[in-house]
Amino acid sequence: MPVDAVPMPAPDAAVRVLPDGSSTSHTSHTPHTSHTSPRRRRSPAADFVAAALFLIFLFQVVPCLGGIALSFFRYDGINPAQWVGADNYRRMAADPTVGASLSATLKYAVTAVPLSLVAGLLIALVLDEKWFRGKTLARTIFFMPNVISLVAVAFVWEWLLNPKFGIINTLLKGVGVQGPAWLSDPHTALLCIVLVQVWHGLGFSVIVYLAGLQGIPEVYYEAARIDGASRWQQVKAVTLPLLMPTIMFLSIMGFIGAFQVFQTVFMMTGGGPADSTRLIVFYLWQVAFDRVELGYASAIAVLIFAAVMALTLIQWRFFRDRVEALT
Amino acid sequence: MIAAAPKSAFRNPQSAIVRGLIHVALYGLALLTLFPFLWMLSTSLKPEGEVFTWPPRMLPWPPVWSNYAEAWHIAPFGRYFLNTAIVAVSVTGVSLFLNSLAAYAFARLRFRGRDLLFMCLLGTMMIPAQVTMIPTFLLLKQLGWLDSYLGLTVPGFAGAFGIFMLRQFMLTIPEDLLDAARLDGCTEFRTYRQIVLPLCKPALATLAVFTFMGAWNDFILPLIVVKSGEMRTLTLAVAALSSGLYVMSFPLMMAAATFVILPVLVAFLFAQRFFTRSIVLGGLK
Repeated sequence: MPVDAVPMPAPDAAVRVLPDGSSTSHTSHTPHTSHTSPRRRRSPAADFVAAALFLIFLFQVVPCLGGIALSFFRYDGINPAQWVGADNYRRMAADPTVGASLSATLKYAVTAVPLSLVAGLLIALVLDEKWFRGKTLARTIFFMPNVISLVAVAFVWEWLLNPKFGIINTLLKGVGVQGPAWLSDPHTALLCIVLVQVWHGLGFSVIVYLAGLQGIPEVYYEAARIDGASRWQQVKAVTLPLLMPTIMFLSIMGFIGAFQVFQTVFMMTGGGPADSTRLIVFYLWQVAFDRVELGYASAIAVLIFAAVMALTLIQWRFFRDRVEALT
Repeated sequence: MIAAAPKSAFRNPQSAIVRGLIHVALYGLALLTLFPFLWMLSTSLKPEGEVFTWPPRMLPWPPVWSNYAEAWHIAPFGRYFLNTAIVAVSVTGVSLFLNSLAAYAFARLRFRGRDLLFMCLLGTMMIPAQVTMIPTFLLLKQLGWLDSYLGLTVPGFAGAFGIFMLRQFMLTIPEDLLDAARLDGCTEFRTYRQIVLPLCKPALATLAVFTFMGAWNDFILPLIVVKSGEMRTLTLAVAALSSGLYVMSFPLMMAAATFVILPVLVAFLFAQRFFTRSIVLGGLK
């Protein structure tokens, strides 16, 4: 920032140089006076922020800009990168796998997000009731999967979903039902990914909902009770509207999360069967590290970024209108 | 009010039944949530042949504890634990130090361009990991940090979220307290270390849990960085095991999963309030 490098005249310095007969703005460049601030000596802030900001610059800003730049090149990590203009983007528009991955990702999102929003809300509403016994215990249990890495979670679920010996199909067989092959059946594989992800993330929604519920002042419920509202009417008229910001937050986070699902696919299906679980980040991974087309993969990364931004904005608008309509 | 609640439940038997049913439904759901863990434990203690028997048994008797000893030797798990611990501890320690330093400057020092710089910093929180994944890989390769602890840790040594969270907390410390320290001749660093840091303990503890868990459970960065077997972290080890899931013994696999998962669960049960608080704080993100 070259502008910031020029020392600004400190107010007292400007006053002091006036009697010397020289013009105020030019002489204030003298380093001795310009750094003397009325309250304190030169701020040591630079020493405090330097290390952290340097690292964030190096590992966030540089890769972000580098990624956008790389999306205009062809690069295999070995031979020199080759400028190809917008070719990667043109190619992306024609790549049927990109379209299929995006639609699988959306399919995932519109299943997983509402499921987790509704189930989380119902659980949180029950846990928040004064008559509910064992609130802490139940909250702990629902949150437990969330602290485990998704890789380990996927590993355990692979065993549960094992078509021959897994407990789920064993129990189904016990009641006379031939269970599907789950992860290797194109009709059920994506559903399994959804269920495992929701199982892992539900506790997060519950905790966030509970925090939101605690923020609703008791007086609103009292007023509703005086008006003779039943518990269910109170939920509809007081809780849900006032919880709208929480729901918005969870919905936006859920959609962002859908565009980040990777570990479960990597572990459980590898994108198959028949591409049914090839979510967009997994495809990005394959292009980047299996096919080593780093330029094309970067273009896909930019597309993901743009899609997430667009979905966030759409939801922001949608919920803002809902919240405004209430006030 | 408190006394009235059970009374009204008795007066209205219908609502008592409804409440009872809701309890049953919720605890049923909780049991379902627990079930994968329970089944993992159960499988891990069964003899090899029993996983195929009908009806399936929840309580294996007698438990085959030797599965754990055997599973421990499938792969060098001691080394993987050590790697993961080194990464998680150093990322947590260094990032807490660097982020809190920067947070102190943003919260309590005046300098030119501070607010603009802070806005830019917040902007970096919106950069998704997928966009930076490939360039980060190329950068680490250029630095010669692939397959090393440096590559696994340094990218996590500072982050906008930690700075933001600690700054918000430091803003609540009364300015008078800091002025008093400065009047006594404390340097800014001593004020930070002896006044501000001790007051930030709750926020630091929460952020520590948040960061530690993130580093412990991370998969993408190790997947990009690690090439050799001995640099693997636990998540990579589990992924490697998984590719052998159909050839090797299920009880041994679940025993391995148990000793990977159990320490985290136990830590969670003991430090629960920090976990939950870190989630609510993460909600700020």
